[in-house]
Amino acid sequence: MQQPGRAAEIKAIGIGKSFGSFRALDNLSLDIGRGEFLTLLGPSGSGKTTFLMILAGFVQPSDGRLFSDGIDITERPAEQRAAGMVFQGYALFPHMSVEANIAFPLKVRKKSAADIKRRVGEMIERVGLNGHEKKLPAQLSGGQQQRVALARALVFEPGVLLLDEPFSALDKGLRGQMQAEMKRLHQETGTTFVFVTHDQSEALALSSRVAIFNHGELLQVGAPDEVYDRPANRFVAEFLGEINMLPLKGIRSADDGATGLCEDRTVSLRGSANGIGSNAILAIRPEYMSIASEAAAGENGIAATATNSTYLGAATRLDLTTRHGAKVTVSVPNEVAAAALSKGNSVWLTWPAEKGFLLPDGGR
Amino acid sequence: MRAYLSDRMGAALLMAPLLLFLVLAYAWPFLGVVKWSFTLPTPGLGQYNALLTDELVQSVFIRTLRIAAIVTLVSVAAAYAITVVWVRGTPAQRLVAEFCILVPFWISVLTRAFGWVALLSNRGLINTWLQAIGFISEPLALVRNEFGVIVGMTHFLIPFAVFPLASAMRSLDDRVLLAARGLGSSRMRTFWSVFVPMTRSGIIGSAMIVFVFSLGFFVTPAILGGGRSVMIAELIYLRIFQSPDWGLGAAISVVLVLFVGALMAIMFRFVRPKQLI
Repeated sequence: MQQPGRAAEIKAIGIGKSFGSFRALDNLSLDIGRGEFLTLLGPSGSGKTTFLMILAGFVQPSDGRLFSDGIDITERPAEQRAAGMVFQGYALFPHMSVEANIAFPLKVRKKSAADIKRRVGEMIERVGLNGHEKKLPAQLSGGQQQRVALARALVFEPGVLLLDEPFSALDKGLRGQMQAEMKRLHQETGTTFVFVTHDQSEALALSSRVAIFNHGELLQVGAPDEVYDRPANRFVAEFLGEINMLPLKGIRSADDGATGLCEDRTVSLRGSANGIGSNAILAIRPEYMSIASEAAAGENGIAATATNSTYLGAATRLDLTTRHGAKVTVSVPNEVAAAALSKGNSVWLTWPAEKGFLLPDGGR
Repeated sequence: MRAYLSDRMGAALLMAPLLLFLVLAYAWPFLGVVKWSFTLPTPGLGQYNALLTDELVQSVFIRTLRIAAIVTLVSVAAAYAITVVWVRGTPAQRLVAEFCILVPFWISVLTRAFGWVALLSNRGLINTWLQAIGFISEPLALVRNEFGVIVGMTHFLIPFAVFPLASAMRSLDDRVLLAARGLGSSRMRTFWSVFVPMTRSGIIGSAMIVFVFSLGFFVTPAILGGGRSVMIAELIYLRIFQSPDWGLGAAISVVLVLFVGALMAIMFRFVRPKQLI
């Protein structure tokens, strides 16, 4: 956070924060790599924003240390950390023009007038605000204000850019456009981005890694496909998207892979099942399951009855009930859904072994 | 539509007593004053001509403007500091600030003026103390002059200056201040280049209220000025009650009302009435 133009590497060790008796953040340790795009994801009140505010220096942690490029910055005030920050609602200076807003961080750094003019000009070009230089924030659209906020936060080449739910006020179309733009800015600047959101699809689409928070605890950190396909626990599995859960009994590890009993049928499991115990929950994402008319040998599958279908355009969402009464949702091609419903509703539900993962029985 | 109409009717009916009172007790008598200004002692524009040539009247006008300007400057500056503490301080600081703002409201303007006389006069508390510690040998002339008038008026007007400022500071988005600091701006710099400009409408409203109030001050300048620092309102009083020159007094009144009216019109171009409360 101190060398302009160079992405920062951040290390948080045992960070905790209490507000009175409320524990907002507990024992958080996390390494944020140089130039990475890390998303802090979680429901509101999960501690993700508190952690962002601690990174910015607006909130002082109750415990733990924070390092930037190996230097302890735990007690360093916000203005000396100078992480670029984009706030929810943008927090532009309402009395300053677009140009003056973007020039502000350079002015407080006492850059020469020529230098300021050049860099502000470049930044305005980069975020596509040409022609709006003299306008006040109130005269801009939401998307344009967002661009000003990004430009202002990046113009002084901070080591890290912190973004607090920057797209929450934008409509869906604009949101997608701004997400693409932010991804491009990340690639162009090479700066470390730390991005807070409660929108899981946004998190998966943008980040190089996702950190999932709940109740002040960091539950899992990993690449989007890693946390999506191999969630550490039930909360992460459910928060990242729809998931089907089937009770599993009699789990055994053998040389040729683990197996378990799912609704009285033996199914093969991914990897080893050591340390799981004999009962667990088998979790599979809807898009990894498919419908077949009959059981194929050596394939995982159970019998189910289609109860309802929802046409989604590109695919159809099919709700099914298994023989043992578990509710399952699958996303299948439209013609498959039509066939399944026409065939007396009774179908065979299959999935590749490597797409299922085990969650502890009952607990979260 | 009917509900809307009856709502408007209801509002009008609720306002009616006040309007009626203002017309009967203020507007109608004032029309009489306007009439005097054109008819006494002889019909014509003589009194307004006299205003343009009478050196005493002109010097009083200039003094009034000068005192009002100084009082406005000092009151708004002091009120700004108090309001920052009141709106953004710790709970204990807020309580102290609130006390400082509200207590003067509960004490009559007359009592406060005489209180200042007791503090500022030659044998008042301040001069006695300063002499006792040997800081001065002769008492300072703190009252019965412009200085005393300015002190008394500033003290009276600070609470009025506080409310528009408080309203502006309360509506300010804290995140903008955080943003400034996060972008590398010190607390001092954030205050001067973000906080103060963002409360601009409050500053204008506050200054206008104090200035307009100051122009018509009577009791405080009469007591603390001791007849040596006469302001417009006192001059009108003297013209009506002491030298029976009702026409000139009336003409000064009309000019004052027109001037204040013009100031209010300018003020409402900058700030909405709601921001003044």
